[in-house]
Amino acid sequence: MSQQEVDRERRKFLVAATAAVGTVGAAAVAWPFIASMLPSARAKAAGAPVEVDIGKVEPGAIIAVEWRGKPVWVVHRTKEMLDLLGKHDNQLADPLSDMPQQPDYCKNKFRSIKEQYLVAVGICTHLGCSPTYRKEIGAADLGADWPGGFFCPCHGSRFDLAARVYKGVPAPINLEIPPHKYVSESLLLVGIDSKVESVGA
Amino acid sequence: MNALQKLLGWVDARFPLTATWKAHLSEYYAPKNFNFWYFFGSLALLVLVIQIVTGIFLVMHYKPDGSLNAAGVPVAFASVEYIMRDVDWGWLVRYLHSTGASAFFVVVYLHMFRGMIYGSYRKPRELIWIFGVIIYLALMAEAFMGYLLPWGQMSYWGAQVIINLFAAVPFIGNDLSLWIRGDFVVGDATLNRFFSFHVIAVPLVLLALVAAHLVALHEVGSNNPDGVEIKKNKDPVTHIPLDGIPFHPYYTVKDILGVVVFLIVFSAIVFFAPELGGYFLEANNFIPADPLKTPAHIAPVWYFTPYYAILRAVPPLLGSQFPGVLLMGVAVLIFFALPWLDKSPVKSIRYRGPIYKWFLAAFVISFIGLGWLGILPATPLYTWIARGLSVVYFAFFLLMPWYTKIDKTKPEPERVTG
Repeated sequence: MSQQEVDRERRKFLVAATAAVGTVGAAAVAWPFIASMLPSARAKAAGAPVEVDIGKVEPGAIIAVEWRGKPVWVVHRTKEMLDLLGKHDNQLADPLSDMPQQPDYCKNKFRSIKEQYLVAVGICTHLGCSPTYRKEIGAADLGADWPGGFFCPCHGSRFDLAARVYKGVPAPINLEIPPHKYVSESLLLVGIDSKVESVGA
Repeated sequence: MNALQKLLGWVDARFPLTATWKAHLSEYYAPKNFNFWYFFGSLALLVLVIQIVTGIFLVMHYKPDGSLNAAGVPVAFASVEYIMRDVDWGWLVRYLHSTGASAFFVVVYLHMFRGMIYGSYRKPRELIWIFGVIIYLALMAEAFMGYLLPWGQMSYWGAQVIINLFAAVPFIGNDLSLWIRGDFVVGDATLNRFFSFHVIAVPLVLLALVAAHLVALHEVGSNNPDGVEIKKNKDPVTHIPLDGIPFHPYYTVKDILGVVVFLIVFSAIVFFAPELGGYFLEANNFIPADPLKTPAHIAPVWYFTPYYAILRAVPPLLGSQFPGVLLMGVAVLIFFALPWLDKSPVKSIRYRGPIYKWFLAAFVISFIGLGWLGILPATPLYTWIARGLSVVYFAFFLLMPWYTKIDKTKPEPERVTG
């Protein structure tokens, strides 16, 4: 066959078609590999709710339990702590909890079901460190007007005792309140609430 | 013809052994005026070999397993302790590898600085530079993923913070970080994939990139401290550059001297100060990973701290951390643009004017200053200093097309000046 007889248009079309089909094929083959890196069925199932006995948490104390591998805090807030909560709303980024960082039943002044118990995911909304519980009022390193709360050691974000974020710190939004419910007076279930059966992803 | 020559002839008829040796070593003509700054390319290659060899032996004992053993210690953490305490010479292999990681960045930063002061990124060496910047990126990924493997507190929370940077990407961020971790938090799934990437995927990419870097270099030929092309002046008969000398034996001998001096310093660190006061191995990483408790002060290893300081210097915008993440990314990626930002008629700092030198000095100060601030806890004062230095960092690049054009340069010489 001589050079003149080559149908260049046809050849161009065939090359383009082959490349297009090959690309689709490569993408289809890549998908299982990419998807294999998503959380496995077992990782998703591990989102099961955890039971917490809060009867032994002294007023002013904090405990941390693990839910989905994350720390969940339960803070037993004292009367004085609760009284201080409304006094610094002007320093907060989202004092009324407008961002959906809590179940509806916790969208209130104390961000909790029972006033005295704060249940929050102890993961900073900035870059995922776990803030430190700093209940001392007016702590030297946090300023005289510090009403007690949480301080993130990584980048200095501050949260009050309702886990609401201060203005002007790296963390953009309030800490997350996980779905939870009280099974009895002193038994708390984290990761489940009365509305839905389970919130495992 | 003796037996050895016969064998060589037999091979050469089937594989370009002698031709390759000549093309890349005995008849690769490099400028005769290489100086101190030209040690670091071959040293980077040496460190790459050290990392690969020590890595192979570490994998024989290391276990990428985040679950707890009978004693309640994560298996991965315990296997590193096991290497340090029970494996014969395991401590040496591990310290060579951990010190090698920092040494890699030392030589690569010096190698990059060499490229900057002598204009080695300029035409026709843009692709060498681009391959080099990709190597730098791959090296960052390699170091970051390797740092998770000991599964200490700093490993764990460092990875948590860096992976959460991806969560700041608008719209897809959360799914992206979930995909990278393979779980809702950094866990066993994350550890295993980082191990896989660290020991096989990224090293393969690195080797391929190093090969491309060298092939491109040997195609156009090396730059030199004068920034003039030696290929412009060739011997009319032999066509060998008049200012070129064969890489072997001249520069192989020179580089061996560099290797000896480097290994003296390297060994001193490995044997006498493998943690280097917390800069090479951080104290918190000798505590097993605890997902419920963040250490009081977390900082990345020194080679990432300039970018970390830039990240922290940017305040959140509209309730999003993304601007800081974006600026940090740009701070790294902007190196790609260097060949096109530089409009100076000369390549080497020897013939540049004072404005460039001032800008370069300011850049070096900002890079080291940001690196220093990235190690320290963020206070309001330090944050403001970091903001100032970040502006200087970006000004060096973004104003370059302007100041390299107006700067008063000296005339380049016809030939290299020795």
